[in-house]
Parts: sequence; C-alpha cells; structure tokens
Amino acid sequence: MPAWAGFQPGPWVDNIDVRDFLQKNYRPYAGDSSFLSGPSDKTSRLWNKCQELLRAEYRKGGVLDVDARNPITITSHPPAYIDRELETIVGLQTDQPLKRAINVFGGLNTSIKACQAYGYEPDTQMIDFFRKYRPTHNDGVFAVYTPEMKMARRVGIITGLPDSYGRGRIIGDYRRVSLYGVDRLKAGKKSDLILMDKKMEPSSIQLREEVFCQIEALQKMKEMAEGYGFNISRPADNALEAVQWLYFAYLAAVKEQNGAAMSLGRIANFLDIYIERDIAQGLMGEIEAQELIDQLVIKLRLVRHLRSPEYNELFAGDPNWITESLGGMGTDGRHLVTRTSYRILNSLYNLGPAPEPNMTVLWSENLPDNFKYFCSDLSINTSTLQYENDDVMRRYYGDDYAIACCVSAMKLGQETQFFGARCNLAKLLLYAINGGRDEMTGEQVGVEIPVYEGSILEYDEVMSRLKIQLEWLCELYVNIMNVIHYMHDKYAYEASQFALHDSTIHHYMAFGIAGLSVAADSLSAIKYAQVKPLQDERGIITDFSIEGDFPKFGNDEPRVDRIAAALVEDFINHLKKHPTYKNAEHTLSILTITSNVMYGKHTGTTPDGRQSGQPLAPGANPLHGREEHGALAALNSVAQLDYRHARDGISFTFSTVPSALGVNREEQVSNLTGLLSGYFMQNAHHMNVNVLNLETLKEAMDHPEKYPDLTIRISGYAVHFIKLTREQQEEVIMRTFFKRM
Amino acid sequence: MLGRIHSIDTFSTLDGPGIRTVIFMQGCFLRCKYCHNPDTWSRESDHSRDYTSEALMHIITRGKPYFDATGGGITFSGGEPLLQHQFLKEIFILCREIGISTAFDSSLYVSTNIIDNLLSCTDLVLADIKQMDRAKSQELVGSGNELNLSNIELINQRRVPIWIRYVVVPGWTDDRKDVEAMARFIAPLTCIERVDLLPYHALGRHKWSMLGIKYDLKDLHPPSREQMMELKLLVEKHSSKQVVIHE
Repeated sequence: MPAWAGFQPGPWVDNIDVRDFLQKNYRPYAGDSSFLSGPSDKTSRLWNKCQELLRAEYRKGGVLDVDARNPITITSHPPAYIDRELETIVGLQTDQPLKRAINVFGGLNTSIKACQAYGYEPDTQMIDFFRKYRPTHNDGVFAVYTPEMKMARRVGIITGLPDSYGRGRIIGDYRRVSLYGVDRLKAGKKSDLILMDKKMEPSSIQLREEVFCQIEALQKMKEMAEGYGFNISRPADNALEAVQWLYFAYLAAVKEQNGAAMSLGRIANFLDIYIERDIAQGLMGEIEAQELIDQLVIKLRLVRHLRSPEYNELFAGDPNWITESLGGMGTDGRHLVTRTSYRILNSLYNLGPAPEPNMTVLWSENLPDNFKYFCSDLSINTSTLQYENDDVMRRYYGDDYAIACCVSAMKLGQETQFFGARCNLAKLLLYAINGGRDEMTGEQVGVEIPVYEGSILEYDEVMSRLKIQLEWLCELYVNIMNVIHYMHDKYAYEASQFALHDSTIHHYMAFGIAGLSVAADSLSAIKYAQVKPLQDERGIITDFSIEGDFPKFGNDEPRVDRIAAALVEDFINHLKKHPTYKNAEHTLSILTITSNVMYGKHTGTTPDGRQSGQPLAPGANPLHGREEHGALAALNSVAQLDYRHARDGISFTFSTVPSALGVNREEQVSNLTGLLSGYFMQNAHHMNVNVLNLETLKEAMDHPEKYPDLTIRISGYAVHFIKLTREQQEEVIMRTFFKRM
Repeated sequence: MLGRIHSIDTFSTLDGPGIRTVIFMQGCFLRCKYCHNPDTWSRESDHSRDYTSEALMHIITRGKPYFDATGGGITFSGGEPLLQHQFLKEIFILCREIGISTAFDSSLYVSTNIIDNLLSCTDLVLADIKQMDRAKSQELVGSGNELNLSNIELINQRRVPIWIRYVVVPGWTDDRKDVEAMARFIAPLTCIERVDLLPYHALGRHKWSMLGIKYDLKDLHPPSREQMMELKLLVEKHSSKQVVIHE
C-alpha cells in the first residue's frame, strides 16, 4: 500500500506538519469501551515471560543485569529480542531485556558509582578513555560551578539538578518518523542548514552544529532499524509499521539518553489513523489492533536506565516518565478522543496496572462523557492515571502539545524545556530568619544579615528578609541552570530527539519549588498567631514556640491561600529578572516527585510547627493532617494557585478509599468524575488520583511479594508501591487519606 | 444568626446524592448506644465553634461546581441538626437562592411543626428509623419512636423525598421481625426513594472513652456482609424500595 493512500492531503504533504495530518485525518470517537478486546494469545505469552523477568529483577534488588563495558549509543548494541516469535513490535536498548547500559555522556563518575552500587565494575579501558579524551556533561558543569553554586547544591537549598545525569523532559515528535520516514526528515534538516543565517556568531555556529548532529542521529536511527530488518528511511505503510517506526524513534532516544523523563508525547490519535485505515481495508481486526498497542506498551514497560542510589532517593521506584497524553480538545471544538485512546488505556487491563507508560488524561469539560467515565472507572480500579486541565493548557499550547515528565506542557516538535529540578522554599524561609545561615550545617549560605533579633516573629520583617534571600536564590538558580544546560548541549546533546523537532525551537527553562505549603503555613503562623523564635547554642534559630491558631493551606482559607499564591508569583517574577541560556522562557513548577521526603530530612523545624526532618508535602499538596474540612476544601486551596505563574505545572495528589467515593461503583465513578469536573472548572491544573485501601498499603509493606503490580500515584507520576523505600511508603500512608471516620 | 457547628466535611458522597458538604451540628438529646459521634451530644463543646450564616455560606458556596457536576448539595447532620432549625432554615433559604440542593439527616425526634416549618425549603430528608419496636427503641436510644414515625408520615404527606437510614446493630436492630416491620411501615410511603442500611461499626468507640462515657456495646462485632445482604433482600421484599448497603 502506498504510505499515504486514502489520507486526506493538506499542508502536511509538503511540510513537516503532523498536527495538520492529524486534523485532516483523525476520527473522534464518543462511544463507550465495549468494542475493546482482551490481550491476544501472543501478547499474553510474551507478557508472561516479561513478568518472570520483572520478578527476577525485583528479587535481585532492582537491577537484573548491567552492561558495564559498552557505553550505550543509538547503534552500540546489536538487535535483540525477548522471544522473536511472540514479538509483534521489536527493539531493545541492549542485548538483553532489562539489562541496563551505562550512559557515560551525562557523567562518568555517576556511571561508575551506579555500576558499583549494584556490584558491577565498569570497564577500565572505557573509564580511561573518558578520563583522558572525552569530558562529560558533569565534568563541564563542575569546571564552571562557583563555590557558591556547589554549596547551594550540597546543603540542599537547590537539589536534584541534572548536572550529572541526562536532563530529559525533551519529547521528540516520534510520529514524524512514521509519517515521513527518516530520509524525508534528513532532507528537511539539510535544507534548514542551507536556509540558515550565514553570519557566524556563537549562537548560529552552535545551531549549525546541532542540526548537523541531528542529521547524523537520523542516519544512526536508520541503521539501528536496519539491524532489525526494517527500512525506516521511507514512511510507514500500515499500522504495524507506524507503531514500529515510532517505537524505533523512541528507542533511539532512550539509547542515546538517560534523561530523568523520557516522555512519549501524544501518539494515540496518530496511530489511530493508521489502525482505522487498516481495519477499514480488512487488513486487521480489533484483536490485532489491540495487540499492536499492548506490544508497544510492553516495550515501554521494559525501558531501563542505570541510576545511582542518590538519584533513587530523589525519584524513587525506577521511573522513566514515559508520559503519554490522551484526550483533550481540538481548537476547532472537536474532542481528541479516538478508539486508540481507549486501546492504550485498555493495556492497563490487558497487562495489569503499571506505572509506565505514565498515562495522562488531558481533561476538558467537553470530553465525551463515555470517556470521562471510562477514565474514572480505570482510576478506581488501578490508581494509574493523572489528569491535567486541557481547558487551561490549550490556551497556551494549542491542541498538539504533550506533557513531559509529570506536568510540563510543550508543543510537540516546536518547543522543549531545560529541566531544573527544584529549590526548597521552606528552607529558604529559615534562611530569611537566620540571615542566610543554614539551620542544619550552620554554614553561611544565603545573603549574610543578622539572625532575627526580636522576641516575636513579625510578618513584615520576615517578609522583607525573605525577599532578600529570594532575590539571591533566584539569581543563583538561573545561573546554575545556564551552566547546566550550556554544558548539556555541549557534551550530551540529545541529537535524535532534537532531530524530531523543528530546527528553530522555543525553549522553556523550568524552575521548581518544593515546600510551598509549609512555607505558606509558616508565614500564616507568623502573621496570625504568635511565633517566638528560639536560638540554639550556635545562635541559630532552630525551634519555635507558637501561641494561638492560624489558618493553614488546604482549608480553602483565603488568608493563607493568598500567601501561597503570592509566594509563587513572587518567585517567578524574581526568576524572570535574570537572563537565560538560549533565551529560554522562565517557567515554574510546584512538583516534588518523591523528593519531598528527602527535602524534609534536610530542613529544620519550621515556624508552622513542622518538626526538623519531617517530610514536606508533595507538590502543591497541603501538609498531611492539616486539612480540617475535607477534600473539597483542600482542592479549592490548591486551585487558588494560578497556572499563569506556574506554567511548568502545579501537582496535586488526591488519595482516597473506594468507599469514600460512594456506596457502589456507579456512584463512585459519577462522583469521581464530578470531583474532577468541579476541580478543573476552577482552572486548577493537575490531579493524581489514588483510590486505595489503607489496609492494602500496610499489607503490601509487610508482604511486597503479594503486591507486585500495586501502583500508586505520587506527585506527578506513578510508581510500584513496593519499589519505594520504607520511609517513602510510610510517608504515603501518613499523608491524608480522605476517609471520614 | 449563629450556628453551633461541630465540624464540616466538604467532601462526602454518603449523605445524599452526589458530592455533598456535610455540616455536623453540635448538640443531640438522644443517647444512642451505638452513636459514633458522641462528641456532638452536648450543646457546648470545646471542639465546636459558632459560625455566622455568612461564614458558613462562604464555605458552602465554594462547593457549587462539584454539586452541579454530581447533583450534590449540602446536608446538615450532627448531632441533631433540628435543634438549630432556625439556623438551618436561614441557610436553606440562602442555598435555594443560588441553586444549591438542601438536605438534613435527622432522627426526627422533634416536634412536628419544627419539621413542617423547614420542609418548604428542603430537597431531601435523610430520616433515621432507629427501631420499630417501641420498647426496644426506649432501651437503645433513650426514647420511644412515635414522633419519629409520625414525622416520617408527615414529610411523606408534604411530598418531600426521603431516604431512610437504618443502622443494623447486632442484637439490637437486626431482628428480622423488626426489620420487616420497618419495611412494611415504609412500603406505602411513596416519597421514600431509597433505604440505606448502615452496618454498625466500632470506629467511634475511642471517642466514648475520650469523653469518659461508658460504652455499653463493648463486645459487639459489626454485622457480616452476608447478614447485610439478607436484610437488604428482606426490606426489598416487603417494601419494594431500592435498598443500598453502606460499607
């Protein structure tokens, strides 16, 4: 079949324009899920084999095998299979399923440590080579970091920075490979080079080099696919090829890079066009269609990177954030749900719940009811979905954007972001009180001013001190990010992913804050109660005595919710004062992943009464136990945070027990759907939904072997509960389950 | 006007249709042996506080998007909310003005004109039936049941929808004779839309000891799922009403 036969033509024929192709050819589906099929026999047998491997991996402490010799690139490893007979979609990162490769370009030392943590010794020749001849991203960054930057990192006022591992959060438009074939994409890049500015300045020289690398990466992608016997230089002819081509493009990305988040984009409707064409021509039925999707999902569930223990402490459970964005509305008013949106979600039934791919529903009031109910029901069954407000995001990103990682939106193929982890706002508030001295280590880190002297903390005085520290931190933070991303581009450039972008792209620089609710509650305590600071023997304020009550974030109390909202706005405004690498647009997220536990560990007692070492709340959640009026009040507080000021996302995790949603399944589905509607109608941005029994979680802590698939959502991603540390598990349980007693 | 409120839960799905904000009013004159909110009994308590109708309406209004999406609204519970019926009426009228659905959950052991006075602005009554047998009722809740039953008949006459709530307390209210009598009583009352059977649970027991009150039902275990199913069938058989079992 000629690749494009039967497709409605448009500008996409002459230009690389996947969105136009989608708009001209996709068919919205408003029906229910009754058409779906169970797993094919091949899928079931293949998945059984994979599950054995996954169990073996868990038993071995989380890492099945490591290739410590051969640093991974797009073409470093020969073709490999799980069971060739059973695989409809092929391609693995290394020569064995679940075998992890070392990705040295991010950082040699990190790779060595990661190998050693799991009992492998990296090849000495390889180490010598990199030491002598090939600096890594990490080498570059640390060559430039100032002592102040290193200290900020060490004491944990800013942490999780991608300065020794891949930054991720770049979404290649993997659909381009299926629609156009690699040759056409290469030709496009070559003509971009010809049309480029001839004036050779640092920025244009850099761009030319990058596009050159992109062309090379496309060539390697083609070679890698050839190894498996496929010619992806031409467009995909049918659904099988469309899925396979797209997966090869993605596979190239996860071979080349170990970015924290390696998201997939928004592939469902694109693949739906191919699948429906094949079905209409009698080339496949529903079982075969579902098989393609399930087999792709199996491959995505097997993606692995070798991480260091420090990394795991921040981002627990071995996540890859293979985020797939589903649903949403088109700018023309048609909804963007297709049968393949259902098919992808159906993999959670066919293969059982799992954290990957990270299923993200782009919620709109106007989504078809059938789809809303299907998603709510799936959430109640599996706790694997997150929801993000398409009605809010569409205004900024149109209708062909996707989510990278957890909550970071970007236009596919046209935008990307420089990921910047997060800083600790609760700690910064303590710096304000302690004149820039770190309450844990006693070191002078922030701006040096006298330790607060009054006997009662006065709100205005604390706020003006906070402003001083905030100005310092924001400038430092932007500069750190500039260093990191300059060096990442230089030493660990994601050529294959950027090859699937336009040559000229818009960059975001994504900053983040943790500890928002603790900071807001602390300021509320200072303003509405009486907070006495208590100095320790070092002269540092490390404790507080609080008299009187004060409004707490999470109770729909404007007095404190406004404090939280103002903190967010101040923060982004301070950031924006400082110029960024590649003129990236500053954005901000309120998202922690699991780092709220680690951050809390390194943060002293705060003026809201939170004790030293206690976890901060995840994302934008209220601190556990502070909600006095139930879930809606908490949701309404979070909805007060304005997306305009936190364009990189505002993460909220809602956990409840099934019985709290209603007395039977029908009511539960209806009420959860209504909860999402009511929340998003107020322009709230994101919600993770967990519907779990507390008893199940407690039992899973003691008998992990019984709950291999138990999946829960934590600030922006899903994770296997048993892969969390005990500390993180306890934190999840401690966090409020909205269950009325 | 001020209302004495024990606590507010902005997210309940078990006290009427849809998502509901439940206002637990302070004060009750019954002394049900199985009560799981004994901390709402006394008219004054350290944990309760006064709300002006404006302050309460502010909280209620914030739930409107959720009520609209699910057919929910507000439910006054307690305690016995009708002890503060004037406050309820004021709030109900304000809610009606902005299209928020109103309900109260009551034992109905109050004088009939109080209830009659409220019904014009009430969309749903969650009506307890504690025990059909008068003597057993006296023993279990400290009062007979005449007023309770006659008030249900009145509400039915006034054409206000009713959901019956019946707590299944082993040894106290689970006798099939008593349950059947309840079903026969409600069968002819056309405004009764459904019956919620609530299994007794001991989750409130710690509150009794905290308050220093003796808990008579110490050795009681919650009814089994099977028993609840049997009673559901029994009620359905004799009343032809929709019966829902709570967890």
